[in-house]
This record gives sequence, structure tokens and C-alpha cells, in this order.
Amino acid sequence: MTVPKPTADAITRTIAAIWRIESAKVVAHVARITHDLGLAEDCSQDALVAALEHWPELGIPERPGAWLMTTAKRRALDHLRHRKLAAPRHDALGHETDLQYAIAAQEFSEMIDTRLDDDICDELLRLIFTACHPLLASESRSALTLRAIGGMSTAEIARAYLKPEATIAQRIVRAKRTLAEARVPFEVPRGEELQARLASVLEVLYLMFNEGYCASSGPHWTRPALCEEALRLGRVLVGLMPQQAEVQGLLALMELQASRLVARLDAQGQPILLAAQDRSRWDALLIRRGLDALARAEALPSPVGPYVLQAAIAACHARAASVDATDWPHIVALYDALLQIAPTPVVALNHSVAVGMAFGPAAGLEQVNALQNEPALAQYHLLPAVRGDLLTRLGRNDEARAEFERAAKLAGNAHERALMQKRAAQSSTRPASTVP
Amino acid sequence: MRYMILVKSIPTFEAQPDTGFQPDPAVFTAMTTYHEELARAGVLLDANGLKPTRSGWRVRYEGERRSIIDGPFTESKELIAGYTLIQVNSREEALEWARRFPNPVGAGQPAEIEVRELFEMDDFAPSDELERFRAIDAAI
Repeated sequence: MTVPKPTADAITRTIAAIWRIESAKVVAHVARITHDLGLAEDCSQDALVAALEHWPELGIPERPGAWLMTTAKRRALDHLRHRKLAAPRHDALGHETDLQYAIAAQEFSEMIDTRLDDDICDELLRLIFTACHPLLASESRSALTLRAIGGMSTAEIARAYLKPEATIAQRIVRAKRTLAEARVPFEVPRGEELQARLASVLEVLYLMFNEGYCASSGPHWTRPALCEEALRLGRVLVGLMPQQAEVQGLLALMELQASRLVARLDAQGQPILLAAQDRSRWDALLIRRGLDALARAEALPSPVGPYVLQAAIAACHARAASVDATDWPHIVALYDALLQIAPTPVVALNHSVAVGMAFGPAAGLEQVNALQNEPALAQYHLLPAVRGDLLTRLGRNDEARAEFERAAKLAGNAHERALMQKRAAQSSTRPASTVP
Repeated sequence: MRYMILVKSIPTFEAQPDTGFQPDPAVFTAMTTYHEELARAGVLLDANGLKPTRSGWRVRYEGERRSIIDGPFTESKELIAGYTLIQVNSREEALEWARRFPNPVGAGQPAEIEVRELFEMDDFAPSDELERFRAIDAAI
């Protein structure tokens, strides 16, 4: 078998794949030495550009990761020297010594590999905590995380968020500048600060996941690249911080929700609600992984947090062979606990749905009615939708129709609006009856 | 995209004892390191080694009849000794990870692994759904 010479395009794709595998390590390691994430990211990008220039000519090196690492470090050294010449700074000298040492040691590449592997977990954590720093605006955190840790290009991130490339580029530049100006140290927070900062990291990943999962903006469903990337980063984080229950909890939640991804849409791309989904299309491997992560979270001594509770609710659905087989009383109890620590109106609404399933529509309606004057839900179409559904089950069809019509007016996209209008029409034709 | 890296068996694998098996320490270390790296990159979904075929069996279908054929099986080139399941973004990424897979038999020994892409749920045509509606979980 002879291997045909790869085309330039194929080499570019291979380099992109290598970059995805290596970039987080390269950025993290250089940032450790430069103490500056922005500079490290720029130098790593330079190394990628150098690879794109040289590898098609020279072939792909035996150890591409080491090549990228060395190149990025040399760029960092040049930068620091240049910066020192331009504006002498007392701390640049120390960095340069670090760099000189690191580059000298690089010559013993076998040795450095072993040492790198020992350090890399710590370095990756520093990278994640710095990129998700609360000082940065939410969307900047996600963009910087995808770029520096996910190894995604600005164009890929822009595609994933359905935003112009310039917007994303600007977010990343601004994020780097903010970190540099505030002199944010490249480190993992300790003690009490760790929990607060960890919450910020988890929020970045979960928002990223939800952005891909809901994709409520735009008429077309895009393949959920953001879901997959958030999930991958969640798996990375669990490997780095296995003792944090909320990290395990977030991973469990994402694995379980991702297991339902393909079952959420019908052939026309219209959303199918959980109750109507074909459960045979749920991904068994992801369910198993989610349940495993939840079990690990629940075995940890730390107090139960919102991600573990949400994962536990998702697990109740995942374990049930059908809607009717769902352990609704257990879900109600989990929502009760969630309301204690994260009392948001949407959680309260979901709680009332669970009550309606567990203890009958009248009990559910009583809960929902208590939310009628909640300003945060005033424009939320699911509030009248839930009321309409409970009223239907109570045989109060005229009231139900009014609720579905209100829900249709508030619905955020055409699919949901059509669904609500359909339910309103059904209410008009249904004979009044009481449902047991 | 998911890919399965399949390790092809060799007569030595087939001759392994069922318990108390001592793998070649160098291979074992390389495999562990490699899988740690997969996990650290967040791409590892599942991985397992399979016991020799003597503890397995085949079911053969002939017309309406089903017969059980007990292992061991001999055509070791056709047999699978283990698998590693990864989730990646592109074929090239899978290729790059596969390229780094340690020689399962031992450095310098002849060996073979095979990589196959998995069907995903959305590769199949969705079945028509019964359109029932119940509001549950803001996240559908």
C-alpha cells in the first residue's frame, strides 16, 4: 500500500486537529511562564501560524506538540525581550529567566515531557480559572475559554454563536486586555475564593451548553457544536477537580441532557417536549455516563449544590421508561431542595409542573396560581402554557383556551407559537369533562 | 463524531489466562498514559479490554434455527481484543489520536488496530412522533 502525498488542504485540516489536541497545553504552559494569558495566547497563535507555514513543506514533525510548545515559548521570549527594551520593567527580568530556563530544558525533550505531564493539570486549571474570571463579561469569558482552552478559531466560535467574526475577535481582544490591565494573576484561587470562582467557571460551561442546547435564536437548528464543546470541557474539568461535587454535578447534568439531544426534534426540526419524546432515541451511553457522574457527586462529602440537584432531576427522567413511569414525587422533593438554594421563578414553575404530575392537576394549579404575579414570568410563555395544560386536565376548557392563546402571543419562536395555537384550537373542540 | 479504535487480537492475547493476567508492563504503562491523555482532553467515552474468545461464544442463524458455537475461535486476525471509544470534532482529530495509540503488542512487534466511525442517532430517519404536549422542564 502506498500512501498518496497529502494535499495542502488535508495538511491544513490535520494541523487544525493537532492544534485542537495540543493548544490548551501550549497556552497553559506558556502562560505559566509569562504570567499573562493574553501574551501566551498570542504567542501560541504565532506558533500555529508558523506550523501552517512550515509543516506543508517539511512534513509534520514526529512530536508536533513539542514543536508547537518550543515555538510558542521562543515567541514569548522575543516578546518579553522586546518589551523590556521598550519599557524596562522589573518583573520582566524574572520572566525572562524562567523562559530561558524553560527553553534550555526543552532540549531534553523526553525529560520535559514527563515533567510537563506532572504540571499540566495545575496549568490547565490556572488557564480555566483565568479565562472564566468574573472580572470579564459573560460572553467574553465563553469566547476566551473556547479560544484558549477549546483550541477553536475565531471563525469557528463565531459560527457556533451565529455572530459576526469581528464581534467574537473583539470580545477576545477585550478580554485579554481586561486581564492584563487588572494584572489578574495566573493562578487557581484558594480557600473561600475557590468556591466563588468555581461557580463562575461552571456558569460559563453551562451557559455555553444551553446556548447550543436551546438554539432558540434563528429559524434553523445548527448542529450543537457548543453543546459538544461544553461537554468536553466539563469532562476535562472533572478530570482536574474530581473532588468537587458541583463539577461532577454539572457534568452529570450535561451528559444527561445531551443524551436527549437528537430526540428533541421531529423530522421537520420542530421541538418535541420531553413527555412526547421517543425514549428509544435517547443515547444510552451518555445516560450511563451521566448517572455515573451523578453517583460520584452524591458520594462526595461536600454539600449538595444546584448542579447536583438539577442532575438528579434529569436522572429521574433518564431512568424512567415512560412519562407515567417517572418518579414524580421524587422530582417534587428535588425541586423543593432546589427552591431552598436557588429560588428562581423558573425553578418554581417547574416545581409546580412536577406537583401537577405527582399529586394531580388541582395541586399543580394551586402552585402555578401563586406565580401569576411574578414579574419575572410576566412575559414567559410557559407560565400560561402550564396553566392551560393543568386547566385542560381539570376539564376547564374555556379557561385553558384563553391561557394557550396568551402563551401563543408570548411564544419566542414560530414553532412554539404554532404549538400553542394548536392547543388553543383543541380546547375549543374538546367536550368539557373532569379528568380524574 | 464518535470513533471506535479496535485492537486486533493475536495468538498471544488469545492464550492469556482469564484471571491473574500480567500484561507486559511497558505496554500497560503506555496504554495507561495514552488513555489518561484522552481523558484529560475530554475525548474518552469508554475503553475496555476483552477476555480471550474461549470464554465467549457465537450465535449462528440458519433459517429459523439458532445454534450456539462456543469459543475459542482461531482466526485471530478477525478477533477483537479491546476497544477505545472517543468523541472528537473531525475525522482528522480521530486520525491524530489513533496515530498516537501505543502498539498494543509491544514496541517493534507486528500489530494492527482498526478505527471505525459510529452511526449517530441523527443518521437515521426520525420516526413520526405522537404529538402530545405537556409542559415540563423549561429545557425541552
